[in-house]
Amino acid sequence: MSNTHVAEAQPRPSIFYHYKVYPVEPLPSQAAGDFKQEVLIVGAGPIGLATALDLARFGVASRIIEAERQVSHGSRAIVLTRRSMEILQMLGCDQAFVEKGLSWQMGRSYYRGQEVYQMQMPHSKDERFGPGTNIQQQYIEQFLVEAAEENPLIHIHWGHKVTGIEQNEHCATLDISSEDGSRKYSAPWVVAADGGRSTIRKLLKLRMEGEAYTGNFVIADIKADIDLPTERLCHFDPPWSPGNNVLVHREPEGIWRLDFRLPDGESPEQAMEEKQLADRINKILTMIGQEVPWQLDWATVYSASTKTLTDYQEQRVLFVGDAAHLLPIFGVRGANTGLQDANNLAWKLAMHMQGKAGPKLLRSYSTERVQAAREICKEAGKSTRFMSPPTRGARLLRDAVLSLSLTESFVRDLLHWRTSRPHSYYNSPLNSTATSEYALLGEVTPNVKLGDNQYLHDYTLKGFTVLIFLKDENNSAELKKVIERNERDGMSINPILITRTHSGDQNPSHCLTIDDKEGKLFERYDLQENSLLLIRPDQHICGLWQSGQNKESPQQWIHNALRNALCLTPSGDSHVE
Amino acid sequence: MLNKNLNNEEIETIYDQLYLAIDNAGPEQEAKMLAKLVLILANQLGDSEQVLNAIKIAEKDL
Ligand SMILES: Cc1cc2nc3c(=O)[nH]c(=O)nc-3n(C[C@H](O)[C@H](O)[C@H](O)COP(=O)(O)OP(=O)(O)OC[C@H]3O[C@@H](n4cnc5c(N)ncnc54)[C@H](O)[C@@H]3O)c2cc1C
Repeated sequence: MSNTHVAEAQPRPSIFYHYKVYPVEPLPSQAAGDFKQEVLIVGAGPIGLATALDLARFGVASRIIEAERQVSHGSRAIVLTRRSMEILQMLGCDQAFVEKGLSWQMGRSYYRGQEVYQMQMPHSKDERFGPGTNIQQQYIEQFLVEAAEENPLIHIHWGHKVTGIEQNEHCATLDISSEDGSRKYSAPWVVAADGGRSTIRKLLKLRMEGEAYTGNFVIADIKADIDLPTERLCHFDPPWSPGNNVLVHREPEGIWRLDFRLPDGESPEQAMEEKQLADRINKILTMIGQEVPWQLDWATVYSASTKTLTDYQEQRVLFVGDAAHLLPIFGVRGANTGLQDANNLAWKLAMHMQGKAGPKLLRSYSTERVQAAREICKEAGKSTRFMSPPTRGARLLRDAVLSLSLTESFVRDLLHWRTSRPHSYYNSPLNSTATSEYALLGEVTPNVKLGDNQYLHDYTLKGFTVLIFLKDENNSAELKKVIERNERDGMSINPILITRTHSGDQNPSHCLTIDDKEGKLFERYDLQENSLLLIRPDQHICGLWQSGQNKESPQQWIHNALRNALCLTPSGDSHVE
Repeated sequence: MLNKNLNNEEIETIYDQLYLAIDNAGPEQEAKMLAKLVLILANQLGDSEQVLNAIKIAEKDL
């Protein structure tokens, strides 16, 4: 009996979401030592699913091993950032999120009934997606599952729980339990996407660095006819709960997220007690001027930590999402950070497995993302200090700032809630240009609107891209050779020509040509004519060639920059599995 | 309303260092430490009118 794992087959209760219970599909048989070139992903949370879809983008097959048979219990992560939407676009499933999600950009903070701070998250016409999209995690997972089910490279094994792991130099072998009993399954690579309580992290005895903050928070999702716009509302220090704070967010389907800090010393059990919870929900509704009837969908208690593993690779296991780091939800960091992990890992693992990269490429996943996680922990720590002051001094300072904020604007920026942002790989070894030479180096390629429902990012969804900035498409035979050579070599670079004066003639090299008459792209990228920009498959900029500034010819440069980004040694040895 | 004379990074650093100093002083001594700090800053500012105005603002909304 102890060898079997039987997942709950009753749909989880919810007043707005209809849970589907997925069938348990057994793993294929596998003779000892005989494994396929596929990736085993542990966990079908948002990040495991995104990793599978992103690997499939590069032709790599995967199996997802998921203990449960249904999507997330409760709405959990409800805010996707613009960067997450852009990553979902790369995975080919942004449309469903746009249709279901609620786009927003405004946040308001209140103290003693007065609005003391407001922040409009940056937005412009050049962005396809709004800065924030509210959508429940059930839908996030459902849409990713639907995309995965359509993809022949992905198999999801619901109701399968990982209980053990062994590794050697060729493969990792997992012990997997399902209702059919227990068995072993091997693959060259395992992605641990098994969430905050990661079994794999525990089995490998890995420790996280960082802090756990004191203070418990309640999340309650209610269905209520509240007449407020889609904005982030924050109330500090309400009279009915002095010293604590309340967040209100709108979700699709008429659901509202109430999030509030508990008085110190109150246990989660006390807080979840029906009458206590109802009383607080009523007080919040009164406070926001919306005394309407409501129905509870889901409630839970959480606390904040800023913790990360110090290395996201342990031999043949790669950690992503909450399995790799635990981040506070203020600033919506959980799922949004994890999606960036998946997007950073997938192309590297794919190119590594396909023998297109040097061994250091895969290592760069851990260095780039651990650095990002540490930056996030630092930023999140600052929000946490304000949202959940850890000491008497911190509380005093916060109270002083709130009091001043009623009349003095000089303190108001301290109320900034620091939303999750895309991280820059400014010091990555994959870069062939220094940030001192180009400020955008390592950043996500800025998006630019090109026409009706048409943006630059729409053309950077696969593989490496080189943006070729030209005066007109005929003026540099040399630059055009880049494209021809690239086509001849079969190097997978997708070239995009950006010209100021486009003759309208058929482009001989069949590549996308953007007619930039107004110089919008030149300006956004701050580049002169005759420049080349190399963009990684995760849309981060990794190299710049400028006529007159680089000694190499453009063809040579692009060749070298690409090899550098793939960590291929000058002798040309690639790492083949 | 007072002018903003510090950038966000500066004000954040001060925020952090100040709360650590309060924690270091402990509840018995924190008020004395803060009063000393005010006197030092007032002397450095060298403008009693501004200091008196600041006291008025600090007394509001407690
Ligand atoms: C109560 C709660 C509230 C939250 N609220 C917010 C919020 O408001 N905003 C926000 O941004 N984030 C929030 N988060 C965080 C957010 O949900 C996570 O950051 C996000 O889900 C991380 O995705 P993941 O795929 O890494 O992990 P998860 O979503 O946790 O997925 C892990 C998956 O692995 C499976 N699994 C675990 N162990 C095994 C095993 N041994 N074998 C097989 N499968 C296994 C699990 O069943 C699960 O499906 C919340 C989290 C919790 C728990």
